[in-house]
Amino acid sequence: MISHPIASIIGILIVALSLSAFLIWVERRLLALWQDRYGPNRVGPFGLLQVLADMIKIFTKEDWIPPFADKPVFVIAPAIIMVTVLMSFAVLPVAPGIIVSDLNIGLLFFLGMSSLGVYSIVLAGWASGNKYSLLGGLRAAAQMISYEVFMGLSLMGVVLLAGTFNLTRIVEAQRGLWYVVPQFLGFVLFLIAGVAEARRLPFDLPEAEAELVAGFHSEYSGMKFGMFFVGEYLGITLISSMIAVLFLGGWNGPWLPPLAWFLIKVFAFLCFFILLRASLPRLRFDQLMSLGWKVMFPLALANLLVTGAIVLAKK
Amino acid sequence: MLSVIRTIWNVFLHSFRRRVTIQYPDEKPYLTPRTRGRIILSRDPDGGERCVACHLCSAVCPVDCIALQATEDENGRRYPEFFRINFSRCIFCGLCEDACPTYAIQLTPDFEMSEHNRQNLVYEKQDLLISGPGKYTGYNFWRVSGVQIEGKDKGEAENEAPPTDVYRLTP
Repeated sequence: MISHPIASIIGILIVALSLSAFLIWVERRLLALWQDRYGPNRVGPFGLLQVLADMIKIFTKEDWIPPFADKPVFVIAPAIIMVTVLMSFAVLPVAPGIIVSDLNIGLLFFLGMSSLGVYSIVLAGWASGNKYSLLGGLRAAAQMISYEVFMGLSLMGVVLLAGTFNLTRIVEAQRGLWYVVPQFLGFVLFLIAGVAEARRLPFDLPEAEAELVAGFHSEYSGMKFGMFFVGEYLGITLISSMIAVLFLGGWNGPWLPPLAWFLIKVFAFLCFFILLRASLPRLRFDQLMSLGWKVMFPLALANLLVTGAIVLAKK
Repeated sequence: MLSVIRTIWNVFLHSFRRRVTIQYPDEKPYLTPRTRGRIILSRDPDGGERCVACHLCSAVCPVDCIALQATEDENGRRYPEFFRINFSRCIFCGLCEDACPTYAIQLTPDFEMSEHNRQNLVYEKQDLLISGPGKYTGYNFWRVSGVQIEGKDKGEAENEAPPTDVYRLTP
């Protein structure tokens, strides 16, 4: 079952974008559930059309650029996050044959693109000409530096076991045993790094609406803000998909068709991300940095060392 | 670390809790009979107006939202010529109900008085007056008071002794 790449591109694009829009509704309903409320349930069946109403609102809002902002950078910053996240979806093996580009270095491509995504935040914070935005951008930069390192390292165990950077072959290598079992530490580390990468609640310091107004997107309005918003949800979807692909065997699973298994796994992690947001408070900035460098980084190195030793010994 | 996981688990357990939201227009919240809402003017069991236009309610009203004018009918009964409550000012404190000597003015559990036009929140007597006795059934001020009206002379009220003849010296 090899489908045409253009069909894959269009399909993944449509599904990813509509899923991330749908996620806004899912997040609001789930947060409400865990806070013993109902959430949006009045617009359409179960409030599903709330997203549509929000979209209409955001499209008709004034697209304002503050006079003190650095205009070209200000405009280009929200585009960067969309582009980089959507580019990462290109190497994502959804089901056998449903992949835009089966790169041999798919994993590296994903890591590179997610690192590039931080430019969007930093540039947005810088170009806004606002001290809160700048603080948010600075935090994003420092957070990404602290988390990219062990994010990459935590995945190296998977690469060692599978012997490839190709995501499709990593999924196929998990046919017998999902890597969440032999690489449990790597899984936990990648999950934490993924939360930081997606800038979700325990690590949403660049946004930190309690301290920094809205952080890097304080000055953004209308569709530019919408791009950041959708970019954030796309990021969560991407990280959840990556966890599913790298640790939970991607499309592998009994009885159900591969696509269904993939979607179930992704959705479970999306819910987990929202559960984290519902339950955990935001870390202080120095706590975040010291957690990243002093705990996670040595653990990732140790995980890599042990995995490497075991793989060598098995040979 | 363990506390973080326990927190996440405890929050997850909230999925199975009852939701506290009352979806108001669809399901109405329970309001106790003493809830202080829209103000009404009641009638006595015989169908006459209870209000005797004593102005105590308008005097006690902390936001001065009650206005009335006293007058007297052909039977000698005092009643308000107009009685006006401005609900855009009213704070539903219930002091008027406490002050009322005849149980005429009462607060009801109805609070759904939204209006698009602010002028519509000024209720006149015909809007306030209801046909029943409200919370206090069976009470009729004119039947128990010593005030003389048409058809009830002094000393003829319930539990009232005949008036003393002030010219007699015997006790």
